[in-house]
Amino acid sequence: MESSAYITLKDVVFSRAGRRIFDGVTLDIPKGKITAIMGPSGTGKTTLLRLIGGQLRPDSGQVSVDGHNVPALKRKDLYRLREKMGMLFQSGALFTDLSVYENVAFPLRVHTKLPEDMIRDIVLMKLEAVGLRGARKLMPSELSGGMTRRVALARSIALDPELIMYDEPFAGQDPIAMGVLVKLIRDLNSSMGLTSVLVSHDVPESLSICHYACILADGKVIGEGTPEELRQHPSDRVQQFLNGQPDGPVPFHYPASDAAADFGVTGGAL
Amino acid sequence: MMDRIAALGRGGLDVISSFGRSGRFLVGVLAGIPRPATGFPLLLRQLYFVGVLSLAIVVVSGLFIGMVLGLQGYTILSDYGSEAAIGQMIALTLVRELGPVVTALLFAGRAGSALTAEIGLMKATEQLSSMEMMGVDPLRRVIAPRLWAGFIAMPVLAIIFSVVGIWGGMLVGVDWLGVFEGAFWGNMQSSVDFVDDVLNGVIKSVVFGFVCAWIAVYQGYDCVPTSAGISSATTKTVVYSSLAVLGLDFVLTAVMFGDF
Amino acid sequence: MAQRTTEVIVGLFMIAGLAALLFLALQVSGLSPKSAGDRYTLYANFNDTGGLAPRGKVSMAGVTIGAIESIELDTETFQARVVLAIDAGIDNIPADSAAVIRTSGLLGDQYIDISVGGDLESLSPGDTFYSTQSAMNLERLISNFASGR
Repeated sequence: MESSAYITLKDVVFSRAGRRIFDGVTLDIPKGKITAIMGPSGTGKTTLLRLIGGQLRPDSGQVSVDGHNVPALKRKDLYRLREKMGMLFQSGALFTDLSVYENVAFPLRVHTKLPEDMIRDIVLMKLEAVGLRGARKLMPSELSGGMTRRVALARSIALDPELIMYDEPFAGQDPIAMGVLVKLIRDLNSSMGLTSVLVSHDVPESLSICHYACILADGKVIGEGTPEELRQHPSDRVQQFLNGQPDGPVPFHYPASDAAADFGVTGGAL
Repeated sequence: MMDRIAALGRGGLDVISSFGRSGRFLVGVLAGIPRPATGFPLLLRQLYFVGVLSLAIVVVSGLFIGMVLGLQGYTILSDYGSEAAIGQMIALTLVRELGPVVTALLFAGRAGSALTAEIGLMKATEQLSSMEMMGVDPLRRVIAPRLWAGFIAMPVLAIIFSVVGIWGGMLVGVDWLGVFEGAFWGNMQSSVDFVDDVLNGVIKSVVFGFVCAWIAVYQGYDCVPTSAGISSATTKTVVYSSLAVLGLDFVLTAVMFGDF
Repeated sequence: MAQRTTEVIVGLFMIAGLAALLFLALQVSGLSPKSAGDRYTLYANFNDTGGLAPRGKVSMAGVTIGAIESIELDTETFQARVVLAIDAGIDNIPADSAAVIRTSGLLGDQYIDISVGGDLESLSPGDTFYSTQSAMNLERLISNFASGR
């Protein structure tokens, strides 16, 4: 499947505020498939999406999307490339001063010169796809968390992108909303042939829909493969993460000095 | 001791680098000339929020400041028997100083803080990021109309402030304290010059408008995207804008009205 | 809010601003549209202009008829040469009129008052006042009085 990679990361090193977040990440994301990127909180999964979207530049290494080397792109070309990308943010990131309808119409209005009735048709179609055609007059503040994400999803597919990136789509959702999102992501991928990148720490949901997954920890890829391959993965750390064990290679205790000394139970201190 | 010196140096570098960032930010905002078709409605909307909604506080403050000037001026000037000069005194104080300065301070508190909070919130809720990912530059789409709106609205507000203030002064001086109306206006007209006083006052307010709007949008754009970050950015907007306005006012006054 | 409403309100706001500026120009600074242009120049030489300043007014019988354009030193006579811009409508100032520097009130601004003469001929553009009266110098007046001269 490497032959049809849509996104390629090669030896990507990135650090922020003196902390090294990625230390040589190499990763291929196949075209037309759903790829899940998983890992504990704070491993820079969102940062990875921002690197792909060109919002951040790596210290070294290559990030290429559809054959373009993202960090080297000029502003204008980068913005053109982004028109082919959709991104679903964790918070939905709907524009709070625009209605649901206007939110979905926003990318169309900015990037196309379509007449108003055509924009209307496309917007209603996209809203229908996420099941919220009836909510088009509402303002973002009137939506529930799950609905917000669905509207945001409709907005990110408004321009029929080739790539869509989901940042923690399941975080903080009730089981029904989560089920709806899982179904939507799968449907969109199969009906539109989208390349989907999914960043999440919800293991069962992610593994249930992805074709390919990779696990990040401590700035490196510690395991990758199909969901089946990962479940059989020999590494302890992969197993600890997948099964959610509290203790293992990633320790339960934050590094600390000797407990006895902290509690003052060594003789003579008092 | 060494730590303190190092901290001082680091603080200084932070200040300089934030000046640099805000300068680069300004270039980014002003770089693209907006297309009139999309830019104009956005500008109008911001003019409404920044200008029209600040009108009430500006008018009310202007009225009271003018009335106070009328009262104070009358008590002082009547000692010299020249209470007819209050027209001149009120007009010159308002047009040259109080109009631009007080309007700018009110603007920083009313519109500047709102701009910072709004942009900060847009940053915190990833709206700016998502706009960027949609291939739309938030600097041009979100920041530029707000900056221009502040820039345009401020002189308009300052002029209205001066006029309302003069009217308030007339109300007190002429209608209540009985200064002869002809002398009130006549003294004013013979001492206020359109170019030297009125236009210089307008130039001041244009400068203040630009600086206040710049500080407000920059603080919003540069804030730490958390609730604590937004509130501290809002405070900074008001504090920095006020200091900048008062400092610049001295410099501009020295250049415009000083004899050197 | 509908786009249209915003447009109208912002439009009103801008108009209010313009109207206020117009008020400042006409009512507060006394700028009158006709003041520019239509003027002609006269000269007057003074031994002492005192606190006279450019843009000060020139009046006749208390009515403003022009403005002081500039004040410079004549390096041959060491007198001050004052350039006056007089409204074109006042074209019959008698040739023997005098330009007098006066003070409005005790402490007010100084201005030039033209005390009318009786000559049948009138001053034409570019002429110089034949007789002038310099600024009354209060200090000198007092010291003259004190020294008994």
